[in-house]
Amino acid sequence: MKFRGLSIYAALVLAFLHLPLLTLIAFSFNASRFTIWEGFSLRWYRAALSDPQLGDGLVNSIIIALVASVLATIFGTAAAYGMWRRAAPVLSGTLYLSLVTPEIVTGVSLLALFQWAFRFLRLRPGLYTVIVAHVAFSLAYVAIVVTARLRNYDRSLEEAAMDLGATEWRAFLRVTLPAIAPAVAAAFLLAVVVSFDDYVITSLVAGVDSETLPMVIYSMARRGVSPVVNAVSAFILVAFGGLILVSERLQKQ
Amino acid sequence: MNLRASFLLPSRAWTAVFLAAPLCIVAAYSFLTRGDYGGVDHPWTLESYRRLFDPVYLAILWRSVWIASLATVLCAILGFPLALFIARAGRTKNLYLQLVLLPFWTSFLVRTYAWLFILRDTGLINTILLRLHIVNTPLPLLYNDAAVLVGLVYNFLPFFVLPLYATLERLDPALLEAAADLGAKPFSTLWRVIIPISAPGIAAGSVLVFVPCLGAYLTPDLLGGGKTVMLGNLIQNQFTSARDWPFGAAASIALMAISALLLAGIMRSRAARELM
Amino acid sequence: MPAVLELRGLAKDYPGHRAVDNVSLTLDQAGFYSLLGPSGCGKTTTLRMIGGFEQPTAGDVILNGESVTALKPWQRDVSTVFQSYALFPHLTALQNVEFGLREHRLPNVTERALKALQLVQLADKRDRLPAQLSGGEKQRVALARSLVLQPKVLLLDEPLAALDPRLRKQMRGELKAMQRQTGVTFLFVTHDQEEALSLSDRLAVMNKGRIEQFGAPEEVYLRPATAFVAGFLGAMNWFGKAGVRPESTRVAASPPEGVLLRKGIVESLLFLGNCIHLNARLENGECAIAEIPRDQCPYAERETIWLHWQPADELYFE
Repeated sequence: MKFRGLSIYAALVLAFLHLPLLTLIAFSFNASRFTIWEGFSLRWYRAALSDPQLGDGLVNSIIIALVASVLATIFGTAAAYGMWRRAAPVLSGTLYLSLVTPEIVTGVSLLALFQWAFRFLRLRPGLYTVIVAHVAFSLAYVAIVVTARLRNYDRSLEEAAMDLGATEWRAFLRVTLPAIAPAVAAAFLLAVVVSFDDYVITSLVAGVDSETLPMVIYSMARRGVSPVVNAVSAFILVAFGGLILVSERLQKQ
Repeated sequence: MNLRASFLLPSRAWTAVFLAAPLCIVAAYSFLTRGDYGGVDHPWTLESYRRLFDPVYLAILWRSVWIASLATVLCAILGFPLALFIARAGRTKNLYLQLVLLPFWTSFLVRTYAWLFILRDTGLINTILLRLHIVNTPLPLLYNDAAVLVGLVYNFLPFFVLPLYATLERLDPALLEAAADLGAKPFSTLWRVIIPISAPGIAAGSVLVFVPCLGAYLTPDLLGGGKTVMLGNLIQNQFTSARDWPFGAAASIALMAISALLLAGIMRSRAARELM
Repeated sequence: MPAVLELRGLAKDYPGHRAVDNVSLTLDQAGFYSLLGPSGCGKTTTLRMIGGFEQPTAGDVILNGESVTALKPWQRDVSTVFQSYALFPHLTALQNVEFGLREHRLPNVTERALKALQLVQLADKRDRLPAQLSGGEKQRVALARSLVLQPKVLLLDEPLAALDPRLRKQMRGELKAMQRQTGVTFLFVTHDQEEALSLSDRLAVMNKGRIEQFGAPEEVYLRPATAFVAGFLGAMNWFGKAGVRPESTRVAASPPEGVLLRKGIVESLLFLGNCIHLNARLENGECAIAEIPRDQCPYAERETIWLHWQPADELYFE
């Protein structure tokens, strides 16, 4: 059955999805600061690299993403494994809830928690509050990726290991973990991207000195023109795109 | 504690303290009163919830529902043909899926910023229109409901395409051939066979678009200027500049309640549940 | 001398049904034993309780005189060959066989593993990954992996089910030889009665969670304890509560004197290569099969014949 024009329609929609980003990347190389093409230039990339605010934001984002993702990957993988052994409905429900809760609500609720806790603990928001928040919302992503891998995993492999003398822990360590390692790595990369990109929650719980890259980009975009944002955006698109592609390749193993 | 329990413990503890407890705190705050220096204070009251029914705030709620609904419909119009196309694509299916998904998994902020770049007065569209002398002054494409709508559709289209694709992919081609054999022309087959069968996918996709759009914050914030205030912006405002936490909390609970109702509704259908 | 393996009153309940019901079994000496029964009869559940992967609701598993019911799988001196072989995909054949030796911290790991691989004639494939091995080879690696630990009992869960028929027959012979050679007690779970009869020193027939009979193959076949056992181990012609096997059912053109008989009409003749199955429809509407040698079948379809058999060949159940 042929539907005439379907492929044209599809091509248009795909163009709609990709053209905005492609033009952004193209104009990041624009020599002019206006939206008129005046030749190829790397000036905005150079400007981005020498901007101290961007630099600090990048460093903070990297630290937060790495620490939070390592923690989220360890806890999330463990959770996925535990739920695979036997269902844990409350935990699954909570993780699912975290995915469907609007970011603004997660953000303000964490803000409320920290404000309330800091009255007793005499602490202030900082990088660590952001890390705590990022681990909280990344757990679900990690759990999803690892759970998907475990669904295709043969339970009898662990039983065989135990049958041959391995305790539960050693069976996990020596047999299951090597088998799911690519998926765990993929989950880590996903957590990094999710963490790196977060604006809404981060802006609400970050301390004064803990501006992240998205927060810097946001304030630059709010202020208006600067094509430096184009350069940073283009770089982020390519970097994240690459990480996600690697992550997907790992999940297929 | 056995191995499984110790594996589950870190996530259980973390989600209890940093996901569940905060929501409980917000729920509690929604019943309290605004404190003198921000924050909250006694007495317990339903005042915040009552205020939600003020015409001003009902308008915001209505606007959020309206924009989210429009966004969903637009995603359906754009997304259905795309999903159908990919489902019939044969061996290049996965390539097309990748093309749809890849921009989605990059930065949400950048994707929203891209429309800022395109729509603003000195942005791409206006520059082209001015250069070609189609207009003399820039069109106010940004900072209005339409711009927010474009941003939402752009960001959430994949949420509609994916579950719909999953349903369409499982559609038996023999059904289409049978319909043709019985005299149905392409459009009729589409309307009477394909769409009804893919209803669970459409339903799942719609909910997966509507719920995040309802609670959108960043998109209306960047693309709507101060003019398009949706629920998300209202909540953010109450917790920052307006410093009326109980009211912000009540709005949050209202938003969660609506989202939960919609999601619960869709989960009752087993076919849709599998797609999520 | 304590029995190699004893099951005392083993039971396993799941919500809604009782999978294993008061199973008691004693394997008093080393040998090849089978648990035979249809799917869902509880044989795999029983095996898993012996291996330690399921906890019995009631009863005891006693290995060499000592109760192991409370022990975890890695603490028991039994080993299991899984239906899917469960070879570790990231380890080579040799590393798979070495696995248990390393977990038990035994000496001379590689040496012992190599010997085990030689026993199953796969020493030359020792560096292959499971994905590079055929079904039969995987099964032999799984055997070597379990046998290298010299368990008291080797549990085999339908290990031949995934192999094609010719390979199955070949592997049967090899399994039996391996049991004799190593002296390890084999407990073999299957639904294939031919397999169980040909391999076992003694076999237990299970049905609906219970053992209906435990005995040597000849005994179980010729003197079945229940109608179920009779019907499961081979074809049966039922005449009310009495049954006769097709190979004991003779055919005559006219009613012979002084024997048990039934009258019937030939419905079809099936040539099976080494014999002919004559399907007859009896007067009461039921069917019976007589197995007759190739050269003794002058009958044609729709002919009236008489089936007869010796009283000694008749099996009667309440």
